[in-house]
Amino acid sequence: MAYSHKHEVLNKANPLTDLTAPALTVLLAPLLGRVVKSLSRKHPAIFERLGPHTKTGYIIDPTNLPFALFLQPDPERPVLRAVARRALPAHEALIRGSFDTLFELIDADADGDAVFFSRDLIIEGNTEAVVSLRNALDDVDGSIAADTADLFGPPGRLALGFLRSRADARSQRSST
Amino acid sequence: MTLAELVCPAGTPAALRTAVDAGADTVYCGFRNATNARNFPGLNFSTDELATAVAYAHAKGSKVLLALNTYPPAGQVDLWREAADTGARIGVDAFIVADMGVARYIATKYPEIRLHLSVQAAASSPEAIRYYCESFGVKRVVLPRILTIPEIRRIAQEIPCEIETFIFGNHGLMVEGRCSLTNYVTGLSTNMDGVCSPAADVEYRREGDGAVSSCLSGYVIDRFGPDEMAGYPTICKGRYQAPHRPEGYYAFEEPVSLNLARLLPELIDAGVHAFKIEGRQRSKSYVRNVVSAFRNAVDDIRAGREANIAGLLQLTEGGRETQGAFETKKWR
Ligand code: SF4
Repeated sequence: MAYSHKHEVLNKANPLTDLTAPALTVLLAPLLGRVVKSLSRKHPAIFERLGPHTKTGYIIDPTNLPFALFLQPDPERPVLRAVARRALPAHEALIRGSFDTLFELIDADADGDAVFFSRDLIIEGNTEAVVSLRNALDDVDGSIAADTADLFGPPGRLALGFLRSRADARSQRSST
Repeated sequence: MTLAELVCPAGTPAALRTAVDAGADTVYCGFRNATNARNFPGLNFSTDELATAVAYAHAKGSKVLLALNTYPPAGQVDLWREAADTGARIGVDAFIVADMGVARYIATKYPEIRLHLSVQAAASSPEAIRYYCESFGVKRVVLPRILTIPEIRRIAQEIPCEIETFIFGNHGLMVEGRCSLTNYVTGLSTNMDGVCSPAADVEYRREGDGAVSSCLSGYVIDRFGPDEMAGYPTICKGRYQAPHRPEGYYAFEEPVSLNLARLLPELIDAGVHAFKIEGRQRSKSYVRNVVSAFRNAVDDIRAGREANIAGLLQLTEGGRETQGAFETKKWR
């Protein structure tokens, strides 16, 4: 059953976001398509761990970016596309957090339970789908973030290095 | 001084490699079915994955324990027997069992493979532990989290096997291996189906004020205010209203994690052989951080230095830690 989510807080009008989101979603389409296809080819075991959830629609919502992502990890036709937050497609599960939190999760640098305990991660809809996805992505040597960066060669790895040093600085700040 | 073996969790092959690389002496894991008490979606090992994982661990000098620590429903023992046969074929270093039938099967068919008694067997007296040792040749008991250090010391003197205690992680204990709370609410049994609060029965509802309600099978079992830390959605960690506590309170246990880092030297001195880190459901990041922190601590203690364990708090449930009953019986 599709899960429809009410975005009371995040849907407040943001002129910049509203204007840029449709353009960005179109611009990002080929890029995201390439990422999801390459990751599916490289890590076929992910689909086995997902079990029945290869047909599940996930919204991944980085709260400080002007768009959200829609993921359907179907091995035959994997889908990852940017979507406007105001018009989310039908989905069964939603994962929401700041871009930094979500980056640290896909870079195998943060623990899903810990960011849930600290309320940095919000989960809604089908919890089993979310848990399956988290466990499936965690069974990757290295990280999904590193694999994605590799796809884009030196500029990708430069961006990864930058994001990692930001994450290190954040964790040092929070431990002092 | 005992060896202070570090027994570390692995929910996936990648987590197992992470644990081994971070200094685990031993890793415990389970198959993707009801034969173990972390039967969670997307978690655990296929036969091929376990074979590869055992080869990896052995090549690096680590051991692998296979958890077969649930109770087969009457007359449905085949799944557990097949799991034991597969584990023996692959060459696991020991089986962790709770059920006497499973223990008997392994002790009879594979007497050369070590048997460890799971915490799920809840054996906490010298008499109970000796019974398992004498009847099934159990070589190690994982003690329930209800004993103080002086009690552990006394037990160590009265039993013929090694002792393993939990040292870090989830602290939802009740009477281990006997808890039926989740069964009562969801119809699935922690002890037989291997899952407490199945994810399919859990729902998080966001309230208008930013609070989150965690629900199990439609029952709200806790509600976290916008700035409150959250915990696991298990009945034992639920917050309930009662006539004498209308504001709601943690009737059984609070969202808090066990952390016995500071008690390590005392536990070693009391005769504990092995220390278990809970968390097969946790990520590689958790495994890497917790295993390396305890690896350093154990190495420091062995070298006569003071152990320094900082930074584990952010991985704890509710951002809080306890020494539970190990410190004092006054705990809850
Ligand atoms: S309700 Fe708590 S004590 Fe009971 S099985 Fe679940 S986690 Fe363990």
